[in-house]
Amino acid sequence: MARKQLIWNKQDECMTDSKKEALQLERLQKLVARVYDKVPFYKESFDKAGVKPSDIQSMKDISKLPFTTKNDLAANYPFGMFAVPMKEVVRIHSSSGTTGKPKVAGYTRNDIKMWAETTARTLVCGNTTADDVVQNAYGYGLFTGGLGMHYGAENIGAAVVPISGGNTKRQLLVMQDFGTTKLCSTPSYCLFLSEAIREEGLEGKLKLNCAFLGAEPWTRELREQIEKNLTIDAIDIYGLTEVIGPGVSSDCLEKTGLHIFDDYFYPEIIDPVTEEPLPYGETGELVFTTLTKEAFPVIRYRTRDISRLMPGECACGRTHVRMARLTGRTDDMLIVRGVNVYPSQIEALLVQIPGVEPHYQILVDRKGAMDTLEIWVEVSENVFSDEIKNLEKLEKKIARDMESSLLIGVKMKLVEPKSIQRSEGKAVRIIDRRTVYDKE
Amino acid sequence: MVRQISVFLENKFGRLSEATEAIGQAGVNIRALSVADTSDFGILRCIVSDTDKALKLLKEKGFTASATPVIAAEVPDVPGGLAKLLSIPRENDINVEYLYAFVEKSGDNAIVILRVEDIEGIKKLFEKGGVKVLSEAQVSSM
Repeated sequence: MARKQLIWNKQDECMTDSKKEALQLERLQKLVARVYDKVPFYKESFDKAGVKPSDIQSMKDISKLPFTTKNDLAANYPFGMFAVPMKEVVRIHSSSGTTGKPKVAGYTRNDIKMWAETTARTLVCGNTTADDVVQNAYGYGLFTGGLGMHYGAENIGAAVVPISGGNTKRQLLVMQDFGTTKLCSTPSYCLFLSEAIREEGLEGKLKLNCAFLGAEPWTRELREQIEKNLTIDAIDIYGLTEVIGPGVSSDCLEKTGLHIFDDYFYPEIIDPVTEEPLPYGETGELVFTTLTKEAFPVIRYRTRDISRLMPGECACGRTHVRMARLTGRTDDMLIVRGVNVYPSQIEALLVQIPGVEPHYQILVDRKGAMDTLEIWVEVSENVFSDEIKNLEKLEKKIARDMESSLLIGVKMKLVEPKSIQRSEGKAVRIIDRRTVYDKE
Repeated sequence: MVRQISVFLENKFGRLSEATEAIGQAGVNIRALSVADTSDFGILRCIVSDTDKALKLLKEKGFTASATPVIAAEVPDVPGGLAKLLSIPRENDINVEYLYAFVEKSGDNAIVILRVEDIEGIKKLFEKGGVKVLSEAQVSSM
């Protein structure tokens, strides 16, 4: 591909492997010493694994360190994982977690600065400059998507429109009137917008040339569809709250793998069962260690995302190690309209409602561009009322409780007993009819 | 006081037919029925010749079914018959949840089935107003 590709930080993004490894090791050694000293959880888990900070003499030694999981975060909710006093924390974000324990991320001033560096790199992977108008349709608020991309765009000097999600009519108005050139949103919302654009007859009349799409998995087919509908580049971006938010890795215009900003976030692929690290090219679970985060560092955090790593060589000039597009998860978490949904959250809510049988099913589907989440609850005799209004009240109550806990709209459906398949072993609670992952 | 059978029906093809088939299989006759529907589900309400037998078989066939207390009032099968009956709850500020009616096979009367919160209360009011209230045995054997 002969297209010119800009790089935000040539010095750091095109480092030689040896220089990078030396930098990573220096950062890792400082990190383990600091967390051992400042975070009781890490001291305990290192001691349990029989490892001391001084045992880290090469990057390979990282495999001596114990893993960190989402259960560890839940057990230390809200601030038990922080390595600095609250005085130094300048931002707190959170995202849904299992059964009412959201994941909490803290940031110091330096963390925010570093985050703005990594999201700037992300945006420049799509050739964003100070001349651009960036429409940021990621949710602003507790989610890391909105503010994460915002600070990166501002860092570059682009004109950011902090429009957040929803209100499609207004999104289109802004796109036309403000001359948006870059869009940040989830892939499914981008598809939705592209259909609205076509319906309004705006194709070819917009200045949009690139979209930065993430917060949920999406297929090559969807990318092709978006790129065709809007005649833009659709860049895959990846991140997670526990590591920083958006800005962990990003496609460049080559689109042959997402560059992981590995001077800040050290990636590994492990076998999810044996926990052994796997070499480049082999598929397994993504694990990250945050090399410089101050407030909320994570050591070998198990993401549950399935991918593989590839060497950094890329026509764009960046030397960051690349990850393939995700092909699945090792747990049952779903991402619906960009929001993490744990089936256990749903179950915990349902069993609280008096009389509701434990027989329920979650159906995830995609109608056109938008994800739908439907929860089927069996109407047992306890729950059944002869009056329609009582059943409707129950439906509405469950839907309301779900929505306030899951943070997305759900559709409730009352079904007859035995409509939901019984099984010998573990009940089949979730049926996901979508295809959101590439097959490889 | 009459026990009406209420059956929860998913808005799925054939459910109503299967439920009525189950009642028929039990050798039970349906006297009157009504179906309340929303876009997602429906409730079949019926008065049958043998309430216990029908309930048992419906439950065996996996339906969610229950017995709901309703009142059966006899009204003359003439224009204005129903309106005259309904003036009684209206004048006494009593809310009628739903009702449905059927005509008697023999005779000049119609039977109105009403669901009201205070069954005993409405029964007394009907009797005071000269309305004949039927028992389950009377309705089942019609």
